[in-house]
Amino acid sequence: MNGRRSFLRGFFAVLLSGGAIEGVMKLFPSKALAKETARTGKWYGYGVSVDKCIGCARCMDACKNENNVPKEPFFVRTWVERYITRKNGQTTVKAIAPGDEATPEAASDRTILRSFFVPKLCNQCANPPCVQVCPVGATFQTGDGVVLVNEKTCIGCRYCIQACPYGARYLHPKTHTADKCTFCYHRISQGQLPACVEVCPTQARIFGDLNAAASPMSRFLRMNKIHTLKPGLNTEPKAFYANLDGEVR
Amino acid sequence: MNPEIIRSLQELLPQIQGYIYPNEIEIHWGLLIVVYPYITGVVAGAFILASLVKVFNVKEVQPLYRLSLLTALAYLLVAPMALVSHLGHPGRFYEILLTPQTSSAMAMFGFVYAWYLMAVLLLEIWFVHRTDMIDMAENSTGATRLLYRALSLFSKDKGERAVAFDHKALKVITIVGIPSAFLLHGYVGFIFGSIKANPWWSSVLIPIVFLFSAIVSGIALVVLLYMIITPLTGGKINMKCVDKAVDFLFYAVIVDFSLEMVDFIHRVYQSEEEIKILSEMVMSKLFLSLIIVQVLLGMLVPLLLISLTKIFKKRFSLNEDMRKMVYFISVILIQFGIFATRWNVVIGGQMFSKSFRGLTTYKMEFGGIEGLLYAIVLLALPIAILFVLMKVLPPWKELREEGETGTEALGGAGM
Ligand code: SF4
Ligand code: SF4
Repeated sequence: MNGRRSFLRGFFAVLLSGGAIEGVMKLFPSKALAKETARTGKWYGYGVSVDKCIGCARCMDACKNENNVPKEPFFVRTWVERYITRKNGQTTVKAIAPGDEATPEAASDRTILRSFFVPKLCNQCANPPCVQVCPVGATFQTGDGVVLVNEKTCIGCRYCIQACPYGARYLHPKTHTADKCTFCYHRISQGQLPACVEVCPTQARIFGDLNAAASPMSRFLRMNKIHTLKPGLNTEPKAFYANLDGEVR
Repeated sequence: MNPEIIRSLQELLPQIQGYIYPNEIEIHWGLLIVVYPYITGVVAGAFILASLVKVFNVKEVQPLYRLSLLTALAYLLVAPMALVSHLGHPGRFYEILLTPQTSSAMAMFGFVYAWYLMAVLLLEIWFVHRTDMIDMAENSTGATRLLYRALSLFSKDKGERAVAFDHKALKVITIVGIPSAFLLHGYVGFIFGSIKANPWWSSVLIPIVFLFSAIVSGIALVVLLYMIITPLTGGKINMKCVDKAVDFLFYAVIVDFSLEMVDFIHRVYQSEEEIKILSEMVMSKLFLSLIIVQVLLGMLVPLLLISLTKIFKKRFSLNEDMRKMVYFISVILIQFGIFATRWNVVIGGQMFSKSFRGLTTYKMEFGGIEGLLYAIVLLALPIAILFVLMKVLPPWKELREEGETGTEALGGAGM
């Protein structure tokens, strides 16, 4: 009896001391629970100026050409949404397709309160749920913070597609593996900009190293009020939006 | 480029309501993934029914013991087929076992599955049938003899001590087996429940709801099989046994139903941002499969039917044939209900956009890997496997045993 009691006491002591909790936590990917640690070296991020986007969809074209994304509209690495909020408070959203005329609604339409475009892409989450769920480790995060898919080991289970809160992934119909925006990893590792950033005529898209204090990216973060998408999910997106409307999810 | 995929996606376009993200038109987990939790559910449920006999000593359901075990095995053998064939690269399936990512719920599949198959089901079935297999080897010749020899792993000892050891082993296996059955289905629920991106799935209750619906489907299926197989093989249905099993079924359905109601009320009461689109989905796209099939036909009607028999059995000594029919209808309805549950979870979870602004739609194919035909094959396959299993390890003697006078499972069948 005594033995058992002292065992229990010891057990609870360990529990309270946090030793057990720490042990349990070790089972989980540390990144999911730890605060973001200070990172050294390159740590890539992306910026979007919502009020600069004119919905020309050149970025979508550029991305499809650059990355062998199927030409059909059902598969995209990046897309642009058009929001129209009317005076009665109703908002309609549409994804524009390359070739859509940019402003079909007549300027004289008095029921429109405001309208704007929102470019979307993989948020390259610092805490990516897609990486967490991939059963084989085919989706992974590089040291410089880019989430990539290894198409040689991906088994096409699509778990990551379900886990991404932003609809940023699709199954490539040719390779039968998951695909998504890579920040044009082949380009940025050569010091170039992602294709979509390069073609954007209004510089609504910005890219750079978040750790470099003097880069256009850091300047963008300093000079604007910044929001991210679905912050409540704790994915810690690295696609930062300036002048984001509350309607956008 | 696969023109077929494009064509089928094109056909979906007119049915999309509101705004969805461009990559969301395609429903990624189709019919096969509906079949998968349904099948693992039957496994867990059938095993738990078998455990009732062993652990809790419910003598009345003894006739169902071996049938439940064999049913569990037959369904377990088919479960990975559903999962593997829906992969984009089925040939790479082994990667899950070679380079598993420990943070992934799905990566655990292979291990949970192997554990359950090897350490629980096969062992239990082997110990239950060991002496039988020795007998059968002795009473046959040629290849059959060799087969049973091999199946019994060349053990020959039928002595008292060996049989006593079988008993002991079975006790241990069942005790390990119950949490394992919970694990098997709990983890399937966890695969869904842990996806925070999807508010239809992301709920701590999902694994538990899965578990109880698994128990419901397993018991209902074994009862159904018993009621079909016994008369077909010239036996007589033991009503004491069926009454008791349906009793358990009844309570399991009540628990399952309450859990789902709690989950539902909780969602509505919390009323988070997704509630609008979810209720729209339930009232339009899922109305038939959720409100009508799952809740009404799959739960409320069987509950009502069974409670009526409970009431009137005593009062007017409701006659056996009537009861049989009511049970029969109830267990069939429950099967459909549980299948609808799986459908509503899996397909429903992908019908609304994660932008919470629109609904997409699911169009079932007929042919092809994701098609209806293949799903039907997968659902029929366990029955075929069960048929073979019953040929090799016949449960007849026990099936026809009088539940109450029936001797201990092992002793009775082994002699
Ligand atoms: S946006 Fe989606 S695909 Fe991109 S890193 Fe985050 S979870 Fe993964
Ligand atoms: S589809 Fe590929 S990348 Fe995505 S979770 Fe499955 S194996 Fe990983």
